[in-house]
Amino acid sequence: MAHLNPTPVLEPGQDRTMILNMGPQHPSTHGVLRVLLEIDGETVVRMMPDIGFLHTGIEKTCEAKFYQQVVPLTDRIDYLCPLTNNLCYVLAVEKLLGLEIPPKAQWLRVLLNELTRINSHLVWLGTHAMDIGALTVFLYCFREREEILKIFEMVSGQRMMTSYFRVGGLALEPPLGLFDRVRDFAGSFPERIDQYENLLTGNPIWTMRTKGVARMTAEDAIALGASGPTLRGSGVDIDLRRDMPYSSYEKFQFKVPVSQEGDVFARYMCRVQELRESTSIVRQALDGMPEGPTKADAPGIVLPDREKMKTQMESLIYHFKIITEGFAVPPGEVYQAVESPRGEMGYYIVSDGTAKPYRVHMRAACLANLQTLPKMCEGRLLADVVAAIGSIDIVLGEIDR
Amino acid sequence: MALAPAITDLEQLKNHPAVARLRGWNAEAVTGVKFDRDEMTIYVDRAFIREACVALKDDPECPFNFLSDVTCVDWYPAEPRFEVVYHLLSIPNKERIRLKVRLNSASPAVESLTSVWPGANYFEREVFDLFGVRFTGHPYLRRLLMPEDWEGHPLRKDYPVEGYR
Repeated sequence: MAHLNPTPVLEPGQDRTMILNMGPQHPSTHGVLRVLLEIDGETVVRMMPDIGFLHTGIEKTCEAKFYQQVVPLTDRIDYLCPLTNNLCYVLAVEKLLGLEIPPKAQWLRVLLNELTRINSHLVWLGTHAMDIGALTVFLYCFREREEILKIFEMVSGQRMMTSYFRVGGLALEPPLGLFDRVRDFAGSFPERIDQYENLLTGNPIWTMRTKGVARMTAEDAIALGASGPTLRGSGVDIDLRRDMPYSSYEKFQFKVPVSQEGDVFARYMCRVQELRESTSIVRQALDGMPEGPTKADAPGIVLPDREKMKTQMESLIYHFKIITEGFAVPPGEVYQAVESPRGEMGYYIVSDGTAKPYRVHMRAACLANLQTLPKMCEGRLLADVVAAIGSIDIVLGEIDR
Repeated sequence: MALAPAITDLEQLKNHPAVARLRGWNAEAVTGVKFDRDEMTIYVDRAFIREACVALKDDPECPFNFLSDVTCVDWYPAEPRFEVVYHLLSIPNKERIRLKVRLNSASPAVESLTSVWPGANYFEREVFDLFGVRFTGHPYLRRLLMPEDWEGHPLRKDYPVEGYR
């Protein structure tokens, strides 16, 4: 019975670590993220994220669709900010086409985009606080999120998969009563942010779990390709809305919150201040909303109004042609980046002159942000991993595409 | 607004800061340029891509210090078949450029940028996974999105959208 004998003697320094498998089905990995952790007691020695569980091949699917048929696919990439995805895609196609968009459509895009940012940050704040143990915040955040989803339902008929922006403008005229509703929301929301901050910002348990945790320097953040609040939390002052404006963002006044500490608390503060700035942009968009059409004057590209289709032969023909054979886009390539709630979202589209894109690539902010996790977590406690994952605000749908 | 035609003449674009910087560093590295829809594209010889990125990153006047994206385009059945596309951003100057490397279909490989920007890691793994382009010097070149035992590279143009291969 020699093989049952003897129990191996543990030398100090040998076999000290164990591998812990966190996820893919874990409540605080924000989706189907699997993290492999090598731990020594409660200290993380090494960390490796494993992704791909949500891969649906959207980039390949796009190559088989007409340009206008790709818009609903973009909703499903980052399902917490569908309108930002819509915006980035249509801006890229409009750049390929050289299409000018009427001011009202641009301002409505900004308005809805900022509501999307608030919506996304509310989900982040609720789940992040819940991960760390503050359950109440989650209920408060989802109360306000419901309001925004109702606004989305009002404009597009859908709460989450909106597909409201189209190449050349918007899908529909905004409904009556929309602006009043948004104004009500924007009026009451700053007070709600105060409520969240009362629960968290000065709370000693919250600050102990977040201050000085999962630090990252500005150099590391840039080298690892981090963007958005993850980068600004480390003191790098860049926001594409202000620095490389698109869709008339240059006409809005807003501050870009930056924190220097680079820890979980710094990223929290950045996002909470962004909530206030976004509310201010929403108010500015309401106050200065221009009059005019919401679709570009491009008959072969933008679907005609229902009314015209019933009275004008050309409109009916254009409608039929766009639906059945799409519209050809001049050959070329563009990279359009927008500031999504998570960072730099970019669409790289290559056209070969036909009605279907030759290649669509999405630069996922979360994919790059995810790479910062090992840097933040290695050498720290296991419980801090949960705080770090929450603080980079990942959406696995965008990472895996 | 009407689209202006693309400029591909190197002489006209030689004063662009990134082109001037790269040509001043090594004139052989730049094999072509394109300025289209307000975006600058520089074609770089595959042997020099890593050093070209170092040169652009260390440019004192306009440092392209942020790697936004790495991706690839398959021009099957044309040769050179693959175009690996790098998007660089200069955070201080708010400028973007696009670098491109052309690769033939026979064992496509290019030097990895992970030693310049560690953030290139996942982007290059994704390109390897979906296109089968190898990145030499990459620390962990394994499939990222597809299962480990998957056969083929789904974003190649000779890979069907539906059904089995």
